[in-house]
Amino acid sequence: MCESCGCHQPAQPHEHPHTHAHGGEEAPYSALALNQRYADENRGYFRAKGWRVLNLLSSPGSGKTALLERTLRELSGGAAIVGDLATENDADRLKKSGAPAIQLLTGSACHLDAHMVAHALEKLPAEGIRYLFIENVGNLVCPAAFDLGEGKRVVLLSVTEGEDKPLKYPVAFVDADIVLVTKVDLADAVGFDREAALPAIRQAAPRAEIIELSSRTGDGFQHWLDWLATL
Amino acid sequence: MHELGLMNQLLTEAEARATGPLAVLHIRLGRLSGVVPEAFQFAFEALAPGTRAAGARLALEEAPIRMHCRHCNMDYEANLAAYACPRCQAADGDLVGGREVELTRLEVFENV
Repeated sequence: MCESCGCHQPAQPHEHPHTHAHGGEEAPYSALALNQRYADENRGYFRAKGWRVLNLLSSPGSGKTALLERTLRELSGGAAIVGDLATENDADRLKKSGAPAIQLLTGSACHLDAHMVAHALEKLPAEGIRYLFIENVGNLVCPAAFDLGEGKRVVLLSVTEGEDKPLKYPVAFVDADIVLVTKVDLADAVGFDREAALPAIRQAAPRAEIIELSSRTGDGFQHWLDWLATL
Repeated sequence: MHELGLMNQLLTEAEARATGPLAVLHIRLGRLSGVVPEAFQFAFEALAPGTRAAGARLALEEAPIRMHCRHCNMDYEANLAAYACPRCQAADGDLVGGREVELTRLEVFENV
């Protein structure tokens, strides 16, 4: 007899081990349950603080740090948490804006999770923050699975990447609140096909606003700042 | 790349639930989970030795993308990058399912 579930298997020796289903009565267990618990806690903390929190996702080299350098310079009340596998270079770059910036080193992990972010929060000043930007590890797959407790999800696509990238990486784009097309100052030089890219973004990120900008020249940047002001 | 961490979570839970050596782990993977089944299988084979799941089999089931239309209240299944509501064609549906990485059922060897 199977002791644990009370089923009525005969209590005779079996020639071969047989399999018997367990867990049918138990709720499914999500591998993301633990992360979700931390994310919900983070979200509650952000709400209590009145912070607008944005999770920035993109491929490596799409211009997340450049975007934040300019954003933190032009916006008051900004702070950043930045994730990389190694080096504190990005936090050092961002600190030059005068805003608080915390570097998270993930070692070999390909994404930030809500628990790492919770620890980074301990290092941020308690007052004076209105916007918290969380720059995720450059990767368009794994970070998408992990809720960090953010209010808005921002996905960047630079003009130097393929126009069909949103369709190749639907997991990252599907619940984007805003997609930033970055490095538009390079669009002509790299032959960026805007007429192909914008429909691909709309298709992969159906709820997202789209803003085209250059963090270097400032083209379109005011649209991004205006959008932030609406949060 | 995050398959190893996710598999580790599921294996820990499976060990806690199992009443004997595990034969089959039934796992549901949403189409937007970002989990690559082959990498998940590889992670399982790397982590299972020495646990109750050593020698067990993974049974992976795909979970669909489920959306809710905020305009006409329709619940529907969608395909990758084709998320519009089939009834009112609104494009801005809310994602309500498709990111699952879930242990749904265990089968255990019973040596009676």
